[in-house]
Amino acid sequence: MSKDVAKERSMIIQKEMIANHFMALSTAKETGKKVVYTFVPGNISELILSFDMLPVYPEINALQSGMRKKSGDYIRDAEQHGHSEDVCTYVKCDVGMMINGNIGPTGEKIPNPDLLLLSYTGCFTFLKWFETLERLYPGVPVALLHTPYQEAHKITPEMTAYMVKQLKEEVIPKMEQVSGNKYDEEKLKAALRNSSKVEQHIINIFDTTKHRPSPIDAYFAGVYYIGPINSGFRGTPQAVDYYAELYKEILERIDNKLGPITPEGVMEEERFRLVVEGPPNWTHFREFWKLFYDMGAVIVASSYTKVGGVYDMGFRVNPDKPLESLAEYCMNCYTNLNLQQRVDLLSKCITDYHADGFLVNSIKSCNSFSAGQLMIMQQLERKLEIPIGFIESDLVDPRYFSYSNIKNRLESFFQMLEQRKMIINRA
Amino acid sequence: MPVYFPREIIHAANGLAVGIFGGGDKKLILKGDAYYQSYICHMPRSIMELVLDSHFEGFDGFIFPSICDVIRNLSGMFQLLEKGSFIKYLDLPQNFKSHIGGEFYIHELQTVLNSVYKINGVEVTPARLNHSISLFNRNRELIHRIYAIRQDFPWRMTAADVYNIVRAGYVIPVEDHNAILEQVIALVSEENGEPLDKIRVLVMGAFCEQPPLGLIRTIEMAGCYITEDDFLLGSRWIMGNIDTSTADPMKALTDAYLEKSTFSSSVYDVGNPKEARLLELIKSRNVDGVIFAAPSFCDPALLDHPILQKMCNDRNIRFISFLYSENTGQFKVIKEQVGTFSDSIKLWEEPLQVKK
Repeated sequence: MSKDVAKERSMIIQKEMIANHFMALSTAKETGKKVVYTFVPGNISELILSFDMLPVYPEINALQSGMRKKSGDYIRDAEQHGHSEDVCTYVKCDVGMMINGNIGPTGEKIPNPDLLLLSYTGCFTFLKWFETLERLYPGVPVALLHTPYQEAHKITPEMTAYMVKQLKEEVIPKMEQVSGNKYDEEKLKAALRNSSKVEQHIINIFDTTKHRPSPIDAYFAGVYYIGPINSGFRGTPQAVDYYAELYKEILERIDNKLGPITPEGVMEEERFRLVVEGPPNWTHFREFWKLFYDMGAVIVASSYTKVGGVYDMGFRVNPDKPLESLAEYCMNCYTNLNLQQRVDLLSKCITDYHADGFLVNSIKSCNSFSAGQLMIMQQLERKLEIPIGFIESDLVDPRYFSYSNIKNRLESFFQMLEQRKMIINRA
Repeated sequence: MPVYFPREIIHAANGLAVGIFGGGDKKLILKGDAYYQSYICHMPRSIMELVLDSHFEGFDGFIFPSICDVIRNLSGMFQLLEKGSFIKYLDLPQNFKSHIGGEFYIHELQTVLNSVYKINGVEVTPARLNHSISLFNRNRELIHRIYAIRQDFPWRMTAADVYNIVRAGYVIPVEDHNAILEQVIALVSEENGEPLDKIRVLVMGAFCEQPPLGLIRTIEMAGCYITEDDFLLGSRWIMGNIDTSTADPMKALTDAYLEKSTFSSSVYDVGNPKEARLLELIKSRNVDGVIFAAPSFCDPALLDHPILQKMCNDRNIRFISFLYSENTGQFKVIKEQVGTFSDSIKLWEEPLQVKK
């Protein structure tokens, strides 16, 4: 493992972008900017930004609390306020963070919401989460955008029409009321043009894992790559610049036949190529990642990096049909796909990126991902005859991260992959 | 599947909508556990056990109303298993405006009817649908009357008996169920049994995965009369009658869903807070306390509890809370907890005075 861990330019750009966003949030009351709480899947940030409002994503706050080792205390505090041990830990982490002053990752207070935009896509718990937030922030208006599930493996005109009507008659009027600005479709179209470029960059970036060695890790590093588009920068020129720079750097890595960057430098030997289903654990993110790169395992595709939008099947936002496009974007997020579509997408990833194995990180908190995963595993095993691994952890509850259990299971999985490679090579 | 589906449309299409509520405590789970992690609720694994043991072979289609992510993904599992002629995840609208959520809902219902039509060729005319709606109107009226009698005379019929009688309506034609309900009402309209020194409680949280009968019996044996609950909530989902005089009964059904739905953990309550609706129910049923009994790992029910319990605390309403699963078999701890709750109210508390 190379120990050269100098930050690349894209990393520095991203850090500045995120810091500036949190700075803008912390000074929102002084600058008069209105603040909208919303979610990552189906995040219609272009619309929020077109009203000159600032988005806040409670899941992002929760995962950052997890990475900063604060989530355990926050969850405990939420449980002391009556929340059950059994429920989503993102919700409890967010409630605990609010109880403790709502201090964000930069150490500054995240402002209270002026609007709760419940754009819920692929996760029913989002509804419950905002019912809780509505009570924690009494009087704050709620704009609800119900995203129909792709139960019939497709988006129907009726589904799109339902969403567009909600946007026109529920969401936009509330945004106008809260922001004091009129809906500006040209501004929205301009933002969507940026999003379309970014979506193409994202596809190009994650498609580079076809190379050997893969120049990137599409899960552990992938979650950083999807950071800007999922944390307030959809539709911005900064996002276009960031993803252009990131793609350029990755192409350079390909030219230099370099493997992915890890926290301990460049991974030098690629031994296993995996596709991973499910979100990562955030409380022990570095230890978790190390279990993989120490074994020479690189993730060539992951479902989690598609949680804020799936572009693999050709979808791009269309600036000429802005509201229809926002609706279809929401309906195309990964957890809004039905199980057959998820199996097909994962199958495509395994095949296109020449994966040696498929691994599920089953998250205790997240039924949207977890319910059905065992059947997805069966389907893929049967269809592709690919080795399957299974581990369990949680998003932000440190009590559910068992290092030794995960390590044991991964070691067995890697041994299985090794033996299979030996057999294939002999044949 | 739970919670609510307008069974009227299936009846009008000459079909029988059968309620599937899991395997309860009767079905040993062997295969179902291979499909679900330990931290997912029990009902979907028993439904998988039932389907894999071929209990549903005679069924033409499966409808999964939107409740939560687990049931949503269960619909996908049924699709992968290719069971029945059609599988429909019914996305109940969370928008309650007629021209927005209402239109979407009508389209969802029409999709179901189209699938049924392909099977039996029966066209649902307004007359047929109005007739079906009137039968289910009657069904809800009769169930409400039973609950009303139980409120005044809870000793005449146990909560477990009420539960069984209501649940029977999910497996037999509504005409037969109405006849049974009428007989039951005639029976319990006359005095029988003796009132016991029990408190009256409302049980909340069981809207989807049903409690085992033993649990319902345990609560009553431990010193409570259950005079209100959210068991089998779909049977009482629409509050009041649906208009049967219209030429567009599909719209009438839709308007009823939009305007007359009860509150539930599966519906967002913008502008109609569920704690306020629970409070109204507590007052109208004149209960002494609330028992929050929810299935383990049920996000919708359990995420509601802090909201509802805060209201209870603020209003000086007594409550207890515990978890169950549909196959819970040991009730000793619950009996002690409920017994203590009941005793504490009977022995030490004044009758409930809900704070304004």
